Amino acid sequence: MKFELKIWRQPNPDAKGAFQKYSVKDISPDMSFLEMLDTLNEELILKGDPPVAFDHDCREGICGQCGVVINGRAHGPLDQTSTCQLHMRSFSEEKTITIEPFRAAAFPVKKDLKVDRSALDSIIAEGGFISVETGQAPEANTILIGSEQVEEAFDAASCIGCGACVASCKNASVALFTAAKISHLSKLPQGQLERNSRTKRMVQAMDKMGFGSCSNTGACEVECPQGISISHIAHMNKLYFRS
Amino acid sequence: MPDRPFTIDTFTSLDPKVPLGPLENKWSHFKNNSRLVSPSNRKNYHIIVVGTGLAGASAAASLAEQGYKVSTFCFQDSPRRAHSVAAQGGVNAMKNYQNDGDSVFRMFYDTLKGGDFRSREANVYRLAECSAHLIDQAVAQGVPFAREYSGYLANRSFGGVQVSRTFYARGQTGQQLLLGAYQAMMRQVGLGKIKSYSRHEMLDLVVEDGSAKGIIVRNLDTGMISRFAAHAVVLATGGFGKIYYLSTLAMGCNGTAIWRAHKRGALTACPSWTQIHPTCLPQSGTHQSKLTLMSESLRNDGRIWVPKQKNETRQAKDIPEEERDYYLERRYPSFGNLAPRDISSRAAKERIDAGYGVGKMKNAVYLDFKDAIAVQGLEVIKRKYGNLFDMYKKITDVNAYEEPMLISPAAHFSMGGLWVDYELGTNIPGLFAIGEANFSDHGANRLGANSLLQACVDGYYILPNTLPQYLASMDDKKLPVVESPEFDAAEEKIRNSLQQLLDIRGKRTVDDFHRQLGKILYDKCGLSRSAEELSKAIQEIDELMALFYRDVKVPGKQNEMNDELEKAGRVADYLEIGRQMCIDALSREESCGAHFREEYQTADGEALRDDKQFRFVSCWKYDKERPSLVKEALNFEFVTPSERSYK
Repeated sequence: MKFELKIWRQPNPDAKGAFQKYSVKDISPDMSFLEMLDTLNEELILKGDPPVAFDHDCREGICGQCGVVINGRAHGPLDQTSTCQLHMRSFSEEKTITIEPFRAAAFPVKKDLKVDRSALDSIIAEGGFISVETGQAPEANTILIGSEQVEEAFDAASCIGCGACVASCKNASVALFTAAKISHLSKLPQGQLERNSRTKRMVQAMDKMGFGSCSNTGACEVECPQGISISHIAHMNKLYFRS
Repeated sequence: MPDRPFTIDTFTSLDPKVPLGPLENKWSHFKNNSRLVSPSNRKNYHIIVVGTGLAGASAAASLAEQGYKVSTFCFQDSPRRAHSVAAQGGVNAMKNYQNDGDSVFRMFYDTLKGGDFRSREANVYRLAECSAHLIDQAVAQGVPFAREYSGYLANRSFGGVQVSRTFYARGQTGQQLLLGAYQAMMRQVGLGKIKSYSRHEMLDLVVEDGSAKGIIVRNLDTGMISRFAAHAVVLATGGFGKIYYLSTLAMGCNGTAIWRAHKRGALTACPSWTQIHPTCLPQSGTHQSKLTLMSESLRNDGRIWVPKQKNETRQAKDIPEEERDYYLERRYPSFGNLAPRDISSRAAKERIDAGYGVGKMKNAVYLDFKDAIAVQGLEVIKRKYGNLFDMYKKITDVNAYEEPMLISPAAHFSMGGLWVDYELGTNIPGLFAIGEANFSDHGANRLGANSLLQACVDGYYILPNTLPQYLASMDDKKLPVVESPEFDAAEEKIRNSLQQLLDIRGKRTVDDFHRQLGKILYDKCGLSRSAEELSKAIQEIDELMALFYRDVKVPGKQNEMNDELEKAGRVADYLEIGRQMCIDALSREESCGAHFREEYQTADGEALRDDKQFRFVSCWKYDKERPSLVKEALNFEFVTPSERSYK
């Protein structure tokens, strides 16, 4: 297969970026999207042009480091699929593929398609944990948790922290990411005690880090590679008003 | 042999520091007698932790909670992305919730035997001993382990054992355990007790007067090189299986930190012992950048087979039952599809090499859920493995509920790493290695679901007890400074070596070299090895290394974000590590665990160990041409090594 690409190039955070056009050929439909970019980069390097910087690591959809906007959609055309799990068989040759970084005021572009998502770590540092010291805890089976309850907490806990929710939101809100962590911990008995203070601190951290407000458009849920539901945002809001 | 590519060092003696006394009292004995640092003094000690996976994050959190000042470093853009996140199937722990005969001793024995009696008894016993408590703690942190309908914790089985002691969180156990450790770490970041440096790569270890005093790092976003000094340095930098290029590891996984520490004097141990995981997606073409793992847990219910007829052209569903060879069940009736990984991988290779492979490239075997679905129902199988089947569909476009998965062995885990003693200290005072970065508990083959366990036990339970003893025993307790001739020299060396790579301006990309190295290692130092092929591999790597320094093309500059420069440094190290792996494999004239030498096998093709000559850990001292072998004898006081049979 061959493709026309339009890729955002920006050499550093202060530079003014622009789209550049490239074409790639001999692309196998079984190639992953990132392997297609690898192929382009090998060509660019050999030609003496700067390769495209993009984030990636595990390439199996779990580390959350990859993520670009493909044809206007975070992580590309498939539902519940991170960029690294996307394959070229999902694209038709006729259409140009436009590739941009995740855009949000709180995610400044570092280079080309790489953005700074450290604000997500800062939100977790404000309260995304259960305050138990390591190395000591009661016998695990003294805390009984129904399998359905665990599954519900797990749905929220499965967040990979990629930031697609922020990139998809017209307000660049980080509500889904934050709510997923609040929900994960508050749906478990171990996380109950700190529920209110955790929610308060994490919600305030979102604002402090420069993310926008949630206006319930639901765009984040559509793009989330883990399919995390916006019902967690409602749960977060309920807890916040209570706190 | 004059042309042997290594020397044997009989003068150096390594002290494994194993406490005296009965096996079950050793760890308590250590804890009862170790020296401590008083709470008010702890803030005066600085500790560097490199790597923020399960081992690094858990160690950093635990040490910071005790009151030490900790700095963490990772090359990823967040500590949460370390490759522990990708572990799927589970974590072993001796809880005996299933009442099926488990005990600390049995878990110890399973692990020792799984490693083909090539690990220290005391270390392995401690791993089993600390395992139960890890589950308690992970639950307290909010790790959503699978539960029965009654609300009690659920278990499943993994390869190489006959009890159910594996705890799991869907197929994302690594992710959930890592998030627990990451959150504990971020809590300390929030409290100001840990300073976390993401996108920073360690490029050198600084040693002064024989002790580790700090590291040189490069900020991967800006290219800035900086120095960090500390009382102790902990390497938790994971495995280097990515050396094979095609592997189950993340693209960034590398051996640079441990290799640079090695070049500063830290011994490596058994670097060639690599686990090739039996259930991965097969290679489908030359474009591929990684081989995705499909969890071993699938072997609880999936049956592995190949057609009985060579070069079979029929679809799986058209091959009748009597024409299928369930070769694991045939060869290992008592463990069947749950035979350990080294054995399962070799059995798959044997069938594939003999011409029974399936798939487009004839490089795979079937993993079939037909019978499990018929007996348990589709819904049950979906609940157990749904996310793995979904992942399989995304990558291959095949629905594995309807036709069998195609799987194939792929490089997965480094049993080898930096040599450490019982206290997880390397031979350089002040330098510790934990998690997959060290060689310790797994011997020559790691059992499934023991890697998450070892990383957690090292980080949460062992290092927080052993590192303070080192601090308490230091003569000079003041913080080392970064303005020293040693720091100057190390920084200078790093700048020069980066510039050297940029100045080559050759014609081949870094990945091109990496792929070629990977192919050499897969073919000659992978699932099966021989003296002849290993000698050839050493020669080929020498040639490739020379070519690399003449012909690699690294674009860009030092003082900027430069992905190719990062990779070039790692591949330069991989070339040297690969060479040492081949030497290590060549020097061990026996087969054990994952190390299978074709010359040493039983009549029915099983690994033939030589306990008389090779009951030791091969530790290596760096030398560019001829590294020297230091032997740490393995003394079995409590069990008698037996032939490792799973028949």
